[in-house]
Amino acid sequence: MENQVMKEVLNEKNFAALDQVIEANKDRKGALMPILHEAQNIFGALPIEVQTVISEKLDISLAEIYGVVTFYSQFSLVPKGEFVIGLCLGTACYVKGAQNILDRLETELGIKVGETSKDGKFTLEATRCLGCCGLAPVMVINEKVYGRLEPGQITGILKQYK
Amino acid sequence: MELYRSHVLICGGTGCTSSGSDLVEERFNEEIKKNGLEKEVKIIRTGCFGLCEVGPVVVVYPEGSFYAHVKPEDAKTITEEHLLKGRIVRDLLYYESLEEASDQVKSINEVDFYQKQMRVALRNCGVIDPENIEEYIAMDGYAALGKVLTEMSPEDVINHIKQSGLRGRGGGGFPTGVKWSFAAGAKNDQKYMICNADEGDPGAFMDRSVLEGDPHAIIEAMAIAGYAIGASQGFVYIRAEYPIAVQRLEIAIAQAKENGLLGKDIFGTGFDFDLEIRLGAGAFVCGEETALLQSIEGYRGMPRPKPPFPANKGLWQKPTIINNVETLANIPQIILKGAEWFSSIGTEKSKGTKVFALGGKINNTGLIEIPMGTTLREVIYDIGGGIPNGKKFKAVQTGGPSGGCITYEHLDQPIDYDNLIALGSMMGSGGMIVMDEDNCMVDIARFFLDFTVDESCGKCTPCREGTKRMLEMLEKITSGRGEEGDIEKLEKLAYTIKDSALCGLGQTAPNPVISTIRYFRDEYEAHINDKKCPAGVCKNLLTYYITDACIGCTKCARNCPVDCISGEVKKLHVIDAEKCIKCGACMEACPVNAIIKK
Repeated sequence: MENQVMKEVLNEKNFAALDQVIEANKDRKGALMPILHEAQNIFGALPIEVQTVISEKLDISLAEIYGVVTFYSQFSLVPKGEFVIGLCLGTACYVKGAQNILDRLETELGIKVGETSKDGKFTLEATRCLGCCGLAPVMVINEKVYGRLEPGQITGILKQYK
Repeated sequence: MELYRSHVLICGGTGCTSSGSDLVEERFNEEIKKNGLEKEVKIIRTGCFGLCEVGPVVVVYPEGSFYAHVKPEDAKTITEEHLLKGRIVRDLLYYESLEEASDQVKSINEVDFYQKQMRVALRNCGVIDPENIEEYIAMDGYAALGKVLTEMSPEDVINHIKQSGLRGRGGGGFPTGVKWSFAAGAKNDQKYMICNADEGDPGAFMDRSVLEGDPHAIIEAMAIAGYAIGASQGFVYIRAEYPIAVQRLEIAIAQAKENGLLGKDIFGTGFDFDLEIRLGAGAFVCGEETALLQSIEGYRGMPRPKPPFPANKGLWQKPTIINNVETLANIPQIILKGAEWFSSIGTEKSKGTKVFALGGKINNTGLIEIPMGTTLREVIYDIGGGIPNGKKFKAVQTGGPSGGCITYEHLDQPIDYDNLIALGSMMGSGGMIVMDEDNCMVDIARFFLDFTVDESCGKCTPCREGTKRMLEMLEKITSGRGEEGDIEKLEKLAYTIKDSALCGLGQTAPNPVISTIRYFRDEYEAHINDKKCPAGVCKNLLTYYITDACIGCTKCARNCPVDCISGEVKKLHVIDAEKCIKCGACMEACPVNAIIKK
């Protein structure tokens, strides 16, 4: 599954877009981070093929780029699922029972935090504070926010996406 | 500028947006149009009002009517009743705005939540449209920059800030004016001014709210700081997780450039200052200033030893000042109103106000700004409205993963930098999480350590290995395998890490453990000696029971994911403790609360 998705995103059009981004940024000081952000927007992930191109064009070693990509939690080597579920594990959500929600999500989806379901549909992430502590505990599925969650609601919410 | 008879302010902060304020705005626009009020009523999308608990929030001026939990369909009622006929819709008001005895309607400024607050850094949040530079200018925006560039020398500015007593709001509390003077004194052809908007503390959203609600204040303050230290280039390093803040800041920078308030020869004084946004990528350690510099330069965000301090050798080895968002938000006010005005607020060593993100087990979750020296009791009970569901207050956590807990007997302590440190916590960036009797303090310590282990950059051994070992010990205790002597081992390791870690992250990482042991040693002992979690949180130490109250409705058995509940209809059910995975599904399902855990 993953390989198939990867093959599809690694197309000529996306690489052309990447070239443009590199061209526009390469003379900026500290260009690597902005380029990585843009590249992830284009490809949905930063696989080694993309890193190689950036490495050659910026004249930065691949090892160093790999080091940067794997250091920051927002950069991902593999594409995420169609629906990315981000459960907030900030302190406010945690003290209001986010762990129980997370346990329920893991049981329902059959995956652990950081994993993507086999059908490529769901990725489960535990995020840092989303900043809407008034709605704690909070979960975001793609852009949609679900607040004041209780474990019993999870099945019903996930059903809408299955 | 056109004049309107009424203004409808709709909160566009992240909290209210998450609960649907954009839909509310859409409906208001439709209703205003439908009723032909476009020339009389103006709708403004503002920054955060602070009381996120009751969002989406809508305030109608001139009355100051404070509508809470506004649903899209309420737009029609408010438009037809309030805006068209002048009748305030009492049913939709924030509950406290309506004084039942006299049937009087209080304006937003009169409700308890705002009474004890004093808004300096947040003064424009929830007041102006953050995407409109004219509204900022109408609130004396950019007047401070004008004053600084035309009437003051860089030394004057630095002295002024020194006199005000302003200290860094990002956690450390270093005097801002003194910091500036270090960079001003450094000789170099290029210097940099950086705003640290990498707010990573879980449960804190002060900086984001300032950027979302009043982005021009940060731009103005950075230009002022740039002038004071001799920097012509600035960077705002901001979390990529804050899309609304990034977007508003981008708009604000473009508007400032268009109006000649950023760029070359500002106000015709020959002063140049430009600003660029750099996005973080999800690394808590980048809030540490040397790690932040590494990240902007395009490397892994790993801290480096100090000295040399950034004020001498910072970004690309050039003198650099890094200030936190909230610190900067105070600067234009200090210039305009004077250092004496600012230093008259607060306590002897902590001047001005502080913004806190109040969250956890508290009725009024939200963003508050209080004068330094306000007591914790005032914050939690008067502003925060106390603990929900009649539960008992247990502790308040400040300073996030670097801070500690404060207990009931210390609630009357005034909040300032030094007091909080004396209590074993710290000001931190301003997260304030309230916990009640249902929160296990050992589990909270484990939660913070889990966070630090995840965010440790791995450069120095005490932090990389030490925090991991501490986490393992805490996991051992919370899972019921704790042994005599574990608490002492934890303490010893904690102090070793504090003394030996490279940067602020590692040096403060053990604080949540030290502080919970200090105040809640009995809870640790209960976990270790009695194998019990008094708060009923740590799963391995809990057993679920069905009491005699059971009516035999079979709901629990049907909801159990592992089929470990047996019993006949209308008879007492039993849980097989061997098979039970302690998920709590039965407890939720039970209609008569017959299931307990202990």
